[in-house]
Amino acid sequence: MMTDEIILRVQEIHKRYGENEVLKGVSFDVRRGETKVFIGPSGTGKSTLLRCINQLTVPDSGSIWLNGEEVTHAGPAINLYRQKIGMVFQNFNLFDHLTALGNVEIALLRVKKMSRQEARKKALMELEQVGLSDKVNSYPAELSGGQAQRLSIARALAMDPEVILFDEPTSSLDPELTREVLEVMRRLARNGMTMLIVTHEMGFALSVANEILFMEHGLIAEKGPPSEIPTSPDFTRTRRFLGSFQD
Amino acid sequence: MTILSQAVIDSLPYLLPGIFTTLGLVLTALGIGLIMGVPMALIHVYGSWPLQYIIKTYVWIFRGLPILVLLFLFYFGIFPLLGLHISAFWIAAIVLGFRTAAYQSEIFRGAILSIQDGQMLAARSLGMSRSQAIIHVILPQALRNALPGWTNEYPILLTDSSVCYAIGVAELLTRGNQIVARIHEPMTIFVLIAAIFIILNYSGQWVFARIERRYRIPGYGEGDTR
Repeated sequence: MMTDEIILRVQEIHKRYGENEVLKGVSFDVRRGETKVFIGPSGTGKSTLLRCINQLTVPDSGSIWLNGEEVTHAGPAINLYRQKIGMVFQNFNLFDHLTALGNVEIALLRVKKMSRQEARKKALMELEQVGLSDKVNSYPAELSGGQAQRLSIARALAMDPEVILFDEPTSSLDPELTREVLEVMRRLARNGMTMLIVTHEMGFALSVANEILFMEHGLIAEKGPPSEIPTSPDFTRTRRFLGSFQD
Repeated sequence: MTILSQAVIDSLPYLLPGIFTTLGLVLTALGIGLIMGVPMALIHVYGSWPLQYIIKTYVWIFRGLPILVLLFLFYFGIFPLLGLHISAFWIAAIVLGFRTAAYQSEIFRGAILSIQDGQMLAARSLGMSRSQAIIHVILPQALRNALPGWTNEYPILLTDSSVCYAIGVAELLTRGNQIVARIHEPMTIFVLIAAIFIILNYSGQWVFARIERRYRIPGYGEGDTR
């Protein structure tokens, strides 16, 4: 599914919060259809990195390019780029005052300016994609964690993004609810969606990723295809990190 | 006993317009407070610092002064000085409105701040501008959260409105007092006035409680703990 076409370029991203330099110059390219998984200890800037990509966090320096257009310093055009960069949050951030349908529809209506009919049709289709056809009229507070996260994936998908950023999508879910969310993500990857994922679900990461990027102290310390992790000398620190998981 | 009830029955037709005047004052003030309070809260939260400072000063003044002082200031001072000849009723409604706007803006500000940052982040991540996010995501939730605090302004305004007696607005207390001056039955008339205030107060609160229930988000904040 992965092509050679580079759709996202991340160049030398730096971000500092006071004394704490969270990102110390992170660069990588993303090809269309690719799934990259970021792993590593807590506090190494993985989530900050994702937020820098759609400028929810503005990096101190460095640049982000989407299809050859600069996303950093975009001004009001950032709202156009964000439509093409979906985001799924750890704690869902669903709009509590809207039904499942409303959550998916709202950006179609207000941002894409679709007609009510068009938006509804599109939203229903996305809800079906994530298996929520029977929850169309439920409010977020009436959904389980797994359903809520699938809804937030549907909300991101409805914008027809070119890439989706997943910021620890299963970290606030019980193991059995985690499975249903990962299943949806696995299907997206198989269908050619470009995805950047921060996760602690190692089994999932290894099976779905085209590339694993191990981050440590604000830098990409090691990276490569998951198949090389068990043996390659390029992955010694990753192996040590994963080893500490199995205790 | 029959004489007392006769006094009550005789005075009701004269008190009735006072009830309408009192309710008119309260509802007009609530409306002014709402129309001013929401934008003030938005500016206080999202505005540039000079604008924030103006709002803070406004709130500081209108929460800091007694109502009677405000009424006299506007009735005898500011409006005549501006050459505006407005009836006592409208001056009273405006002053009560300005005052409740200060309180309401604080209620709405608290409600806006109670919305988690993630709501703004999610809205922006979908490509909404900041003002779109505020209008379509933040405010609909904040206004619902503000409703219990906001409806509490009704009994406060209702009880405060009797102060408008001091500038001669023909509200409930003013008319009651006029009756007492004629028939010298202060106990009867003031008990009657008190009873009317109680009825207006709790029937109004009953209506607002229904509105609150109507706008509650399903599945949200339900359960035994609240």
